[in-house]
Amino acid sequence: MTMRQSFRLGCALLGAIGLTGAADAAEQITFVSQGGAYQQAQTVAILDPAARKLGITINQDSIPDAWPAIKTQVGSGKPIWDVVDTPTGNCLRGGEQGLIEKLDFSKIPNGAAMPEAYRSPYSVSYEFYSSVLSYSQKTFPKDAPNSWADFWDVKKFPGRRALRNHPFATLEAALMADGVPPDKLYPLDVDRAFKKLEEIKPHITVWWTSGAQSAQLLNDGEVDMEMAWNGRVSAVAKEGAKVAFTYNEGILQSTSLCILKGAPNLETAVKFLNEAVDPVHQANLPLHIDYGPGNPKAFETGVIKSERAAQLPSEPANAAKQALMSYAWWSSPAGEAAEKRWASFMQK
Amino acid sequence: MTTSLSDPSQQHQRREHGLMLALVSPALLVILALIVLPVGWLAWQSIYHDGFTLENYRRVFTEDLYWRSFALTFEISLAVMVIALLLGYPVAYLANSVPKGWSILILSLVVLPFWTSVLVRAYAWLALLQRTGVINQFLRYLDVIGEPLALVHNVFGTVVATVHILLPFMVLPLYATMQKIPNDLMQAGASLGASPSLTFMRVFLPLSLPGVLAGCTMVFVLCLGFYITPELLGGGRTVMVSMLVSRNVELYNQFGAASAVAVVLLLCVLAIFFVVSRFISLDRVLGQK
Repeated sequence: MTMRQSFRLGCALLGAIGLTGAADAAEQITFVSQGGAYQQAQTVAILDPAARKLGITINQDSIPDAWPAIKTQVGSGKPIWDVVDTPTGNCLRGGEQGLIEKLDFSKIPNGAAMPEAYRSPYSVSYEFYSSVLSYSQKTFPKDAPNSWADFWDVKKFPGRRALRNHPFATLEAALMADGVPPDKLYPLDVDRAFKKLEEIKPHITVWWTSGAQSAQLLNDGEVDMEMAWNGRVSAVAKEGAKVAFTYNEGILQSTSLCILKGAPNLETAVKFLNEAVDPVHQANLPLHIDYGPGNPKAFETGVIKSERAAQLPSEPANAAKQALMSYAWWSSPAGEAAEKRWASFMQK
Repeated sequence: MTTSLSDPSQQHQRREHGLMLALVSPALLVILALIVLPVGWLAWQSIYHDGFTLENYRRVFTEDLYWRSFALTFEISLAVMVIALLLGYPVAYLANSVPKGWSILILSLVVLPFWTSVLVRAYAWLALLQRTGVINQFLRYLDVIGEPLALVHNVFGTVVATVHILLPFMVLPLYATMQKIPNDLMQAGASLGASPSLTFMRVFLPLSLPGVLAGCTMVFVLCLGFYITPELLGGGRTVMVSMLVSRNVELYNQFGAASAVAVVLLLCVLAIFFVVSRFISLDRVLGQK
C-alpha cells in the first residue's frame, strides 16, 4: 500500500467513526453503577429492557465509590457520565454543591408516583438494602437476638460481636438499643448514641470495613452476631453456613439514581431515569439479586411472588419493622459532624 | 592539558555523557510524570483550596486523633523493625556462613513470599490466627488453653503479618553486608586466641552494623505506610496513618485534608532518611550495595 493510499484509508476510517459517533450521540447515555454481580443483575433486569423500550444505547461504567469521580468530572466542566447509581447521600450533597441536576418530576411520572420519602429534588430511590442484626444459628439455635437491645445485652446473649466501622446505621442501632422507636430516630441524638456505643465497645471483637469482611466473620464463626447487610448474610446462608438475620429494627438504606450537572445527554438521561424506576423493571431486579426494588409499586405488579417478597428489605411489611435512613440528616451539618466524631471514637 | 573541543578524550567523554543522558531520560520522564508531579500536586492541594489555607495542617497538628495515629504508627513500625531484626539477623548470618548452594536455598525461601500478594497473605494470617483458626484449634486440641486467644483483629495480628511481609527487606541488606566481611578477619581473631563468640561480638557484629542500619531503615520506613494489613487484621481499632489518609478523603470530601496527612508522613520519612544518611550512604539503604 502506498503512503497516499493508506492516508486515504485512514481518512475514510476516521470519517466512518465520526459518522457512527454522531448517529449514536443523539440516543445514548452513560450509566454508572458499582459493578460486580449487582451491576450484572441490573443489566438483565432493568438496563437492557429499558434500552430496548426507549430505543437507546446504554453505555455502562462502574466504580466502587462514585463520589470523587462526580466531583472531578463536574469540576472539569465536561462530565462524561450521565446517570449514576450511588448511595442516596451522594445525590443529596451533590445537589447542594451544584454537582447534580435538579430533577423535573413532570418528566418523570414513575418517580413522581413514588412516596416522598423515596425521592428528593435530585434523586429517586433505585434499590434498597438493609443493615440488619445477623447471628450464628450454631450459637443461638433458639431464642436468637431479635433487637438491638438484645445485641447490647451481653449477659442474656453472650458471644462475640461485630459492628460496621462507620457511623451510618451504627448510631441508629445504638439509639434503638437505648429505646428510641425506629420512626422517631431523626434528628439523631448523637451524644446519646455515642454514649450507648461506649457501653458495647469493649464487647466488639471486630469493627468491619468491607461487606466481604462482614461475610467472612459470620461464615468462619469469628463472631456470633453482627450488624451486616442483608444480601451478604443471605449469600453466606446460601453457601450452607448456619446463619440467619432479622429485619426487626433493621436500618433500610438505598442507592438512588441522579444525573450529573451538565450531563452530555441530559434529555435521554431523564427519559432513562423515568424508565429505570418503572414498577415492572424494578420488580425484575429482586429476581436476580437479594436487593429490594426502589419503587414500592413493584410489589403490586405481581412479578415478585409473595415468598420472594417476604425476603426483601423493602417489602412493605418488612419495611414497616425497620427504620428508614434519613440521608437528608446525614448530609446535614449535624450528620457530617457525627461522621467526623466517629474516627476519634474508634481510637479511644 | 587544554580543554579544547578537539581533544579526543574530552570529546569521547562528552559523547558518553550525552548517551547516558539519552538512555536515562525515559526513566527520568516516567519518574517525573508518575511520582514528582503527583506528589507536587498532592502537596499543593493540601495548602490550596479556593485560596491558600493552613486549615488542613492546623487539624493534623491540633486534633488528638492525628497525634494518636502517628504515635501508634511509629510504635508498630518500631516493634516490627525490632522483631524483623531479631528474626532476620540469624537467617542472614546462616545464609552467609553455609556453602553457596544452601545460601541460595535460604535466600529463595526468604524471597519466595514476595511473589504472593499482600492481600492473600493477610487472609492467610487470618486463617491461622482467628478464633476458629489453625493455631487456636490446635492449642485447644492440646488442652493448653480453654478459651481461644485473641491473636488477630488487634495490634498483635497486625504486627505479626507485617513482620512476615517486611522480613526480606531486613534479610537482604544484612546478607549483602555480611558477604563483604572478609573471612580472614574472623580467622585473624581466632588465631589471636579469641573465642568464636568474642570474634563475633568484636569483629563481625560491628562490621555488619551498616547492614543492620540499612535493613532497619527499609523496614521502618515501609511499615510507616502500611495500609491493607492493618485494615484487614487490625479489627478496625488499629488506625494507622495511611488509613487516616483514606478516611480523610471520605470525611472531608476533598483531597486537601488527606494530602496534609500524607505530606506530614512523607516529611517524617525524609527526616528519617536524612538522619540515616549522616551515618551511612543512602545508596547502601536503597540500592542494597
